[in-house]
Formats: sequence, C-alpha cells, structure tokens
Amino acid sequence: MNFVLLFLITIFSLSLFFYGRSKTKSISIEKNIRLNALPKFYGYYLVLWCSIPALVFLLVWSLFEPVIIKSIIIETAANQGAIFSDKNEANLIYEKIKAIHLGTYFGDIDSILRESALAYAKFINLFTNSKVVLIFGIIIASVIYSLKKIKNNNKARDDVEVILKGLLFVSSLIAILTTLGIIFSLLFESIKFFSVINVFDYLFGTNWSPQRAFVRDASSITAAEFEELKDAFGFIPLIAGTSFIAFIAMLVAVPIGLFSGIYMAEYASIKVRRISKPIIEILAGIPTVVYGFFAALTVGPFFRQVGENLGLTVSSESALAAGLIMGIMIIPYVSSLSDDVINSVPQSLRDGSYAVGATKSETIKQVVIPAALPGIIGSVLLAVSRAIGETMIVVMAAGLAANLTINPLESTTTITTQIVMILVGDQEFDSPKTQSAFALGLTLFIATLILNYIAQRAVKKYREKYD
Amino acid sequence: MTKEERLKKRHRAEKRFRFYGLTSIFVALLFVVILVQNIFSKGSSAFKKTVITTEVFFDQELLEIQNGASQEEIMEADFYDIMIENLIKAYPAKDRDEEDELLKLFSGDAEIEIKKAFLNDNNLIGKTITLDLTASDDIDQLHKGNYPRDLPEERRRISDFQLVIYDYFVENKKISKNFNNYFFNNGDSRDPELAGIGGALVGSFYSILICLLLAFPVAVLASIYLEEFAPKNKITDFIEININNLAAVPSIVYGLLALQILLATIQLPRSTPLVAGITLALMTLPRIIIPCRASLKAVPPSIREGALAVGASKFQSVFHHVVPLALPGTLSGTIIGLAQALGETAPLILIGMVAFVVDIPSSPVDPSSSLPVQVYLWSESAERGFVEKTSATIMMLLSFLIVMNFIAVYLRQKFEKRWN
Repeated sequence: MNFVLLFLITIFSLSLFFYGRSKTKSISIEKNIRLNALPKFYGYYLVLWCSIPALVFLLVWSLFEPVIIKSIIIETAANQGAIFSDKNEANLIYEKIKAIHLGTYFGDIDSILRESALAYAKFINLFTNSKVVLIFGIIIASVIYSLKKIKNNNKARDDVEVILKGLLFVSSLIAILTTLGIIFSLLFESIKFFSVINVFDYLFGTNWSPQRAFVRDASSITAAEFEELKDAFGFIPLIAGTSFIAFIAMLVAVPIGLFSGIYMAEYASIKVRRISKPIIEILAGIPTVVYGFFAALTVGPFFRQVGENLGLTVSSESALAAGLIMGIMIIPYVSSLSDDVINSVPQSLRDGSYAVGATKSETIKQVVIPAALPGIIGSVLLAVSRAIGETMIVVMAAGLAANLTINPLESTTTITTQIVMILVGDQEFDSPKTQSAFALGLTLFIATLILNYIAQRAVKKYREKYD
Repeated sequence: MTKEERLKKRHRAEKRFRFYGLTSIFVALLFVVILVQNIFSKGSSAFKKTVITTEVFFDQELLEIQNGASQEEIMEADFYDIMIENLIKAYPAKDRDEEDELLKLFSGDAEIEIKKAFLNDNNLIGKTITLDLTASDDIDQLHKGNYPRDLPEERRRISDFQLVIYDYFVENKKISKNFNNYFFNNGDSRDPELAGIGGALVGSFYSILICLLLAFPVAVLASIYLEEFAPKNKITDFIEININNLAAVPSIVYGLLALQILLATIQLPRSTPLVAGITLALMTLPRIIIPCRASLKAVPPSIREGALAVGASKFQSVFHHVVPLALPGTLSGTIIGLAQALGETAPLILIGMVAFVVDIPSSPVDPSSSLPVQVYLWSESAERGFVEKTSATIMMLLSFLIVMNFIAVYLRQKFEKRWN
C-alpha cells in the first residue's frame, strides 16, 4: 500500500511540475505580465507543496500505526477474555493474531483468537482506508493552496528557496535527534535498572554475574531475591578489565605509533612517507571482526603454546592477546594524529634549536615534543576512547567471566563484551539483566564522551597556540 | 669525557633514535603483512571444494517416476534409495557398518545433487552417468591437507577405515577439487561443506544500499546547510558539537539505540537488512558529514562571489557552482564511510543479525546475515572446515573494502580541482 501511495505521490508531483510551468507561462502571455520568477520555479513550488506534507504524514503514520493497532488489539483480546500476565505473553498473543490474519498460523485457533483476528482485520482495513483518504485530503488541500499562490504570481523562487532551506536545516537536525535518541534509549532502560539495583551497588560492587538475575519481572522481587541481585551487578571488575586491556593496547600502540609519527614527520623522505603512511592506515581500515578472528584463532593459541613451553599457564582468551591485537589496530590513530600535530610545530622552533648546535634527535626530544605535547596527549586520549569502545576484538578474543585480575595471561572481560553477551540471542525485556546492558552502554557513552571532550579541547587549544 | 667522545656519543644517540623510528614503522608494516598472509594462507583453499567422482545408475525399480517426468514430479520424487544404492558402490564395502562409514564421506546434499542431475536431463532412467558429488567436510579438509592424518584414531574425526577408502579414491583418481560454487551461492549451513556466503552477501548489499540511500542525501544536505547557510549562533554550534561527538561514539552504542528505538518502539522486523541499514546510516552520517564539509570548505569563495556577482541567488550559487565542484570529495568521503559501515559488526549483532539464516533474503525485510557477522558466527563454530570458510569470507570482505577505497582515491585524484 505504501509503495502505491509513494508512486501516486510521485506521479502527481511530476504532473504538477509540468502543469505549473506551462500554466504560468500561459498566464504571463495572456495577461501580458512579467512573471516574478522563471516558470520552472512555479513547477518546483507545486512539487514541493504536493509532496512534502503528504510524505511527512505518511512517514509519521507508518511509524505509529503498528504501535497503535497493537495496543488496541491487545486490549480487544483482553476484553475477549485472553489471559496474559506480562508484556511477553501479550506480544506472543499479538503475533499469533497477526499470523492468523496473514494465514500463516497453524496452531489451534480458539474463539478468543478468532474474534481478535477478525477485529485485527477490521482495524487494519480501517487504518488503511483512513490513511488513503487523509493523504488524498492533504494533497488536495496543499495543491489548492499552492495553485492559488502561483495564480497570484508569487515570488516562486524565493518561496522554493525558503522551503529548501528548511529542508537543509531539518537534515542537519538529524544529528541532534540521533544524540537525543541515544541518550533517551540508554537512560530509559538505565533508570529502570537503577530502580532495582542501587547505583552505588552498581558502581562499587566487585562481583559481576548477571546470569543470576533470573527474575523475569522487576516489579515483583522478593527481599531474598533482592539481596541476591544486590551483588550481581558490580561494575568494578568490568571497568578493571576494560582499563587493563586498553592499557595493554596502549603499551603497544603508543610507542610504535608515536615513533612512526615522529619518523614520518621529521625524518622520512617524501617517497617513504607516501608509501608507508597509507599502508599503516590500512590497519585502521581493516574491520575489527577480522582482528578478532586473528586474535582468537592465531594469537591466543600461539601465546598459549609459548606459555606451555615456558611452563606458564596462559588462558587461550588472555588479556594479553586481546590487548596486543587491539594495540595494533590503534597504531594508525596514534601515528597519524601525532604526525599531524608534529607537522604543525612551527619550523622556527626547530631552526632555533639547530642554531645552538642540537642534533636532530635532541631537537625532537627537547623542543618539538614538548611543544607538541598537548596535541600528542589529545591523540593518545582519542586512542584510549577508541580502545574502551572497541567491541569485536574483545568479544572474540577476551573472556566472558568477570575476573578481577592484573595477570595479563589470565582472561578478563570488558564492558562491551558484557553488553554483547547479555543482548545476543533471546532477551527477556524488563529483566534487570537486559536493562543492565543499557546501564553499561550509558556508562560507556559517558566515559567516551568525557575522553573525547578532553582530547578535542587539548588538540584545539594546541592548534590555536601556533595559528 | 673529551669533546670528541661526547660528540660521538650524541651522534650515536641520534642514530639510535632514528633506528627506533624506522623500526616502529617496520613493525607496523610487518603486522599488516602477517595479518594478510595469515588470512590468505588459511582462506584460499575455501574457493575449491573436494568432489568424489561417482557413477550413478538410475534404476527404474528404485524411482517412482518415468522418463520424461515433469519438473514437479521430479522435485517431489524420492531419490534417497538411488543415492544409497549408488554411493555404496563407490567402494567395495564388506558389511553395513562399512557402508555407513562410506556414506559419511559424502555431503548431506548428495541426494539433491543427484536429483539436480536428473532435473537437467529427465531421460536418464536406465542409464549410468558419472557425477562429481561434493565430499563431506572431513574428507574435504583431509584432501586439502588442513587435517593431520597421523593422529591416533580416537582423536581424529575420520576413522582408519575411512582413510583406507580415501586412499582408494586417491589411487583411482576418483577424488578431485572443483570450483566451490556452494561458497558463493548457498546461505549459512551447519555443514561446512555446504555453507556459503550467498545470504550474507545479499544481506550486506541491502544493508549498505539502505545506508547509502539514507545517509548520503541527509549528509550532503546537512553539510551544505552547515557550511553555506547556517547563521553563526548557538543552534549551529550545538549541531556541530553533536556531529563531532557522534563520530566518536562507540559503534555498539548505536546497536543499543537501534534495539531500543527501531526494534522495541517502532517494532521494525528483527534481524533484517532494513534495520541494519538504518542503524548503519545513523552511525555513518557524522562520519560522512565531516569530509563533505571539508570538501565544501575547500571550494574558494571567489566561485561563490562570481556567481552572486552575475545575479544568481545564494541558492543558485551554491547548488549550481559550489556543490558540483565539491562533489568528488563528497563522493569519496561517502564511499569511505560506507566501507566502514560494511565492516561494522557490533551493532548488527545487537539487532539480531546473528540468527541462523539458511535462506538467501529476497528483500530487505527478510531475516538475513551480513559479511562481518558471518565471520563472527563461523569463527565461533568448532568445525575445522569453518576456519577456511571464515578466512575466505574475510578475503571477500577485504577485497570489497579495497575496491571501495580505491574508487574513493581515484575519484578524488581524477576529478578534484586544486585551487592553488
């Protein structure tokens, strides 16, 4: 149905374009007046008026229709005598009703379901009909309005430009809408989570075992279960594991990245630079799932083997393997950014240092790097935020159990791993376990936001210093 | 320490420092080489599959259909007996147990392969033809040399007797390697020899297409607004801060957003390329806006002023002159953004694309997988055969990324104007 409507709207708009263009042309000849805009702009004007209101209406309608129909149908089913104790069962019944309507349901159909399916068919019909009627109403109204406008020889180009500018503004607002969407979707579930689990239990608990949250409904928790839940969601092991793996990654990425950046900015010939820079940046372009595969199937077992030969017990999901591979992934973030930062240190500083007899490396160590330090720190912070938000490498190569450890040969888990583990497969909505993933997401979001903010401020401050 | 000694020491330090720099570049390059080499050496064998050349006799007594049967009749007919009767003739087995072990050397699709041969030529009853039947995963891995045969029998998936049959096949040149069409045409499967990336390819294609259709126009319009029309005020600043922050938000957070808004609230169908495309579009949007704005900014003001001077409106100067000149940079930024989206896994896992989907999706609202998610799924499987499949999928994914990046660089170098 929607496709038919879209098609009709397109056809109407196109024909209105030609109509508007020729109509205004003939008006100008008939009445011998000078048009306020080129004829095509009257065509555009009609097209915009015909299509935008109808499309916006169609979009909003399509977003809300399923939700409204669902709530109506569940209510009807309840009135018919269907029994469901929570949201999941209600959803199940709704899916059954829908399947009966589509003729794809092969279970037993009792009278409640049959009546509800009939009601469903009725409502679908009603909604579709009213959608079509309303859309045509909107098109007719807006076309009548705009036709009247162009008959009065309005300044069509200016009007078209105002509408288009509005369109441009709306598209740039999508960034704000996305941010709002992220914040609300994270907050919404997190608030539910924190209404069951105390914020301080979450932030300072040292035990993370969400599988203990077997309770299906958050509202009916007994005191014993509450005690059980209290220390199941401790954040400390996760932040410890995340920081630990990120730390190992930075141990790899910072020296290699920084030295490559310095070498490329200060020593490398143009030719070397032109070849090696893109190759190093390939490391940032490889999908992280590839690194994860490499870490889990090659590096992890390799470390385990080496450890066995040395008489050490190395977990095949060791923090070392995940951290090392993550560090390799991050090298180009550090090297490219520090290369840029070092390049923007003014040449006069170097010349001054050479003039008093310093060698090149002394100049770099004692003049260039101190001058570029805020920028370098900024780039390292950006790399850290990338490391703690990285998901696939740790999901595939780090462990699942939350151990509080600082032994790089043991397995640890991270925030992102736990989010994936909780949400993969079937979820029970309204269980503290599912909600905890959103609380973790919120924590991650805030942490990366703060890191990015500090990093961007540092880089910006540094840039302004030498501009 | 004399002056000369000190100078020598300083020069040694200089050399050392240079050496560190060069070493770290070398180490970084080495990682690229190791990674690529590792993937290619594991994955290249997946493009071939092992087949066993078998003679198949279509016995009228074992089939309910006649020569010249219609397509529906053949599709419904049972070819199981034909398959069994012919496969056990591949090797002179002595008893039922040996026959069972022999049958396990063929893939689960042997019956379908025989049926397909009959579909191609429906006059085969009473005749004997030779068919290349796909071998089971164990034989496949053994034949490709990925499977050690000198392990003790209880640690092998292949029994000693099966090895004897295998050697007999090799001796009689009954076993060979063909192009692996299943890898490209099939959807996912529990059997490595039948699993393919067909479904994942189509799923990725739909997701990226939807991502392109949503993200590209919005990103271009938004960057035109911000670069050319936006007044300097609080709202504009706020939008800019938002875009910069969104570009740095971890991708998994977009997965949570999609889960809560697209799946739970709007109730779009789970595991579908439609939801994946929208999620990826939201994620890619800020990453496209940033290069788009840079390329708009690179167009010198003289172009705009020239257009305004001959009487164009602000809109005409932007859309007739600035935007076409900025287009190469815009397009290459978009392609690089899409390449990132193509390799993105974490948000797709959260929206349920990890479901086991055998069918190849026929529309963006069918459940589906995608290339990176397929890599994740297969890497979790225990079977040896999936290791080479995973690596081969990565090779496909990487080659798409290389092509996309190459196009982006080409567009920029060929069409972008330099203004100095």
